[in-house]
Amino acid sequence: MLKVIAARVVLGLLTLLAVSALIFAATEILPGDVASAVLGQGATPETLATFRAELGLDRPAYIRYFEWLFSALQGDLGVALTNKRDILTSIAPRFENTMFLAGYAALIAVPLSVGLGILAAINEGKWIDRVANVLSLAAISFPEFFIAYVLILVFAVKLGWFPSLSTVFDDMTLSQRFHVTALPAVTLTMLVAAHMLRMTRSSVLSIMSQPYIEMAFLKGLKRSRVVFVHALPNAAAPIITVIALNLAYLIVGVVVIEVVFVYPGVGQFMVDGVTKRDLPVVQACGLVFAAAFVILNTFADVMSILVNPRLRKPR
Amino acid sequence: MRILGHKPSLSAWIGILIVGAFIAAAIFAPFIAPFTESEKVAKTWSPPTSEFLLGADNIGRDLFSRMVYGARTTIGVALATTILSFIIGLSLGLWAAVGGKLVDQVLSRFVDVMLSIPLLVFALIILSMFGSSIPTLIITIAILDSTRVFRLSRAVAMNLVVLEYVEAARLRGEGLWWIMRREVLPNAMPPMISEFGLRFCFNFLFVAGLSFLGLGIQPPLADWGGMVRDNGKAISFGLLAPLWPAMAIAAMTVGVNLVVDWILSINARPSGASAEM
Amino acid sequence: MTDNILKIRNLRIEAISGAVLVDDVSLELRPGEVLGLIGEGGAGKSTIGLASMAYARAGCKITGGTVEIEGQNIRAISADGRRKVRGEHIAYVAQSAAASFNPAYRIIDQICEMPVLHGQMNKTDARAWAIELFRALDLPNPEKFGERYPHQVSGGQLQRAMAAMAMSCKPEILVFDEPTTALDVTTQIEVLALIKKLIREFHTAALYISHDLAVVAQVADRIMVLRGGKTVEIGETAQVLHEPKTDYARALVAERKAADKISTHRAVAHENAILTVSDAVGLYESFVAVKNVSISVARGETVAVVGESGSGKSSLARLIVGLLPRSSGSVKFDGQELSPALKDRPRDQLRRIQLIYQQPDVALNPRQTIGEIIGRPVEFYFKKSPAEVAERVRSLLNQVGLPEDYAKRLSTALSGGQKQRICIARALAAEPDIIICDEPTSALDQLVADEILKLLGRLQEELGVAYLFITHDLGIVRRISHRTAVMLRGELIADGPTAEVFALPFHPYTERLLSSVPELRIDWLDEVLTKRKAEA
Repeated sequence: MLKVIAARVVLGLLTLLAVSALIFAATEILPGDVASAVLGQGATPETLATFRAELGLDRPAYIRYFEWLFSALQGDLGVALTNKRDILTSIAPRFENTMFLAGYAALIAVPLSVGLGILAAINEGKWIDRVANVLSLAAISFPEFFIAYVLILVFAVKLGWFPSLSTVFDDMTLSQRFHVTALPAVTLTMLVAAHMLRMTRSSVLSIMSQPYIEMAFLKGLKRSRVVFVHALPNAAAPIITVIALNLAYLIVGVVVIEVVFVYPGVGQFMVDGVTKRDLPVVQACGLVFAAAFVILNTFADVMSILVNPRLRKPR
Repeated sequence: MRILGHKPSLSAWIGILIVGAFIAAAIFAPFIAPFTESEKVAKTWSPPTSEFLLGADNIGRDLFSRMVYGARTTIGVALATTILSFIIGLSLGLWAAVGGKLVDQVLSRFVDVMLSIPLLVFALIILSMFGSSIPTLIITIAILDSTRVFRLSRAVAMNLVVLEYVEAARLRGEGLWWIMRREVLPNAMPPMISEFGLRFCFNFLFVAGLSFLGLGIQPPLADWGGMVRDNGKAISFGLLAPLWPAMAIAAMTVGVNLVVDWILSINARPSGASAEM
Repeated sequence: MTDNILKIRNLRIEAISGAVLVDDVSLELRPGEVLGLIGEGGAGKSTIGLASMAYARAGCKITGGTVEIEGQNIRAISADGRRKVRGEHIAYVAQSAAASFNPAYRIIDQICEMPVLHGQMNKTDARAWAIELFRALDLPNPEKFGERYPHQVSGGQLQRAMAAMAMSCKPEILVFDEPTTALDVTTQIEVLALIKKLIREFHTAALYISHDLAVVAQVADRIMVLRGGKTVEIGETAQVLHEPKTDYARALVAERKAADKISTHRAVAHENAILTVSDAVGLYESFVAVKNVSISVARGETVAVVGESGSGKSSLARLIVGLLPRSSGSVKFDGQELSPALKDRPRDQLRRIQLIYQQPDVALNPRQTIGEIIGRPVEFYFKKSPAEVAERVRSLLNQVGLPEDYAKRLSTALSGGQKQRICIARALAAEPDIIICDEPTSALDQLVADEILKLLGRLQEELGVAYLFITHDLGIVRRISHRTAVMLRGELIADGPTAEVFALPFHPYTERLLSSVPELRIDWLDEVLTKRKAEA
């Protein structure tokens, strides 16, 4: 089994490498280059050439890729084109903020949606299932900014319970932080909880239609025992996958929400970079997001290997 | 009334009505909207009146007219994206399923890597290079989204190509093209139809999200996501201006989802959880 | 009668869609008695079996009748009361043990769960009792057997473990739902013998559900014949076997009896070979599925290849048509060497070798009309005009006994037997010299299968086509094949005229295989066991 896990981790690392190459290539292979993208169409050939030389764009792409990759591995993400500030020092506190917000949302979303998903599945067709179905369908259909603005309108503007902008400072206490980020966290929760609930429900349902569940009922066991002892342990692997998938989605979902609430995270930083066409910043943020995404997916696969009895106890 | 040989449920009817209304608005926009999408006709954020049904926006354009024109751009771009995404994803997916191991491995591994980068992040990187015009937007999102279509159509087709009727065609000596077109594609269509609805919802929300970030459809064209962005500040004054377009986006997605749910439920079977105790 | 332990009265079960699955069925069971429920697919046997525990699968509902266990109507009592009856008084043995054991727990924990939770025994006693049951069921190393997980033991062992699980609360009634159907014949006979022993030893009453009359005859005291959810006939086993009262039961018995003896065939010269396989080796990646097999088929001849699952018989068929890579040896067709890979074979060679599959459901494209399916080979191989194709489709439909107007319909609404006829018509459309039949009747009900076999026989007389017939069913072999080959673990262990192979078993496995096939005699099982014991 260790072999299987090791193989999966190596695959994750390879994916990460391929992803970094793809991110780099996306800004290279496409027509035009950083210089013309930054300077715009009005630039003269002379200014373009000077700027290219300044950025080192006159050297072959693969050499620049490896330079970029190795310095990124050593923690050097380069400097921003627009204000020449070191990207790592700008990203690090923002990354913390993003992780704080994502973690906050996950803390609410995971127990809520997994619990409700299981409840909906074992009461398939009953009222709780229908209510969960309607609510989750609505939450999936709503764009995140719609949820965000409704929450702001109700809880910030009308009731005044929470601030409408989530400005954070270094000297804030933890409870203050929780307070100002409550609205974005709830928005984020609604965004992923619906998906998680639906996926949890369908994985529990697929377990519930297995013959061994019918057998458990025919053994005269209580419904609660059938569900908790016979169904859920087998549903663990799919549920873990569901959670990890949605946590990965959550990290990306923060982008729009950070912009709505003007929350200083990596997402907002990236959108800023894109508007200003600051490619090193965009590449660095892309790498950070992709890495978080790949790591979570790898983690999900490793966990589902761990809980699979067939792999745990081979023949 | 029956549609596709089945009777729609109440929720399906609601979905059909919503989707139908928005599509009608998109098609007949010039006849429905009292003003054009870029005319400045009132004061900033003036309240709703009988002339300006939903009031005016941040620079005094009629919000209702912009909503109607916005249906055209937002739905149009999302639909074009989804169709292009399906053309790319479906043909590559079928090719991977019938084209042999090598084709499948190369395509699948490439798509795996593409899928390891969050869609929004990938789109942001590409748009930061190209800038946002409607064709770039459609092509970029369609290519990124086609990886999802590829995954599903490949999986569906893989389950089909192992069936004996496909093998029988192969044993007869039929070519790859014939097998893809005549044996696999017709049988892959039912699951792909509901997937089309879901992908449309996804692309629709995605385009709206990008426009909201200011990186999608560019002004002066009216689009729902951009309208939310333009009027976002109004919310602090308790005005509903940004909520109308946001609500339209939500309603459209709910409508499509209701229709898709109904299509899916036609083929669904009850599971073991509902067995009599 | 108060001494009936199980009494079902006027049972009616409906699907949510409104279809009636079981209609007015009544039965009773005395203590220690075994009632066999027999019928073809869709007869409602399993549904009745589950209903005897007052259980209906998702999508079905018990809508009428009573189920009395020891005088108590369990349909009328609370869910808690029903739960108590299940397991304690009546227990269930499912068809697929592999799917019915929870993969997450050790076998013994799943067996002990029932007596412990029903409050009959404490954990230690339950374990001791489980081990005793393992011993009674002849499981290897009974003390340690239960420590394993379900996926770690073989199918036959798991099926026995499920019988042990059913017995764990010492119920008065057992419901066996096709407990041996998923097993190979040589395993089936062992499990069957142990079930019989178990029922006798503990004096348990049982409902024994099966589609095979010969299997039921070995264990049942009485037999109930079902069809389409209705009772056709019920009586003592000997009476049903020897003097069936209804036409349907008579047909079932006659069909099953036909499988027991070798029929006489017109002689076919074996020398005029159309297909010759010599020393062929076939690989699935690194696994050798076919080991140095040599076999030949003459024009107009039927050669049967028999073996259990995993014997390589289907791999041999795939090797011949070019779907399984051949690493060495040769396959000659009409004197010409066939290329190992499908894509290198000329179209005319492909035309002359056709294949019929086991599952007619998945062998026909559900989105093409029957006319398109049958017409395609005519158009593809003979380049006929649409009018000529339509004419040919009509005559082919006639030939396989289907109405001409089926050409415009989709195959999806047809029965299994009709679908298989269309598969046969599609094969004939290519005007082949040989048709490879891969278990073409094993997914069909007995009486339908019988008609398909007759159709294949008639077509051979008319067209002189040769068959290579892959099957696990020795009954079919006896009836249709001129020659028979027996395969075991990828190797050919016997090959010759059918009568010779069956009369003079050269290989001990052939004998074992032969003697394991249930015969339609009440004392068959006991006879075979006594004989085997004497030999050992």
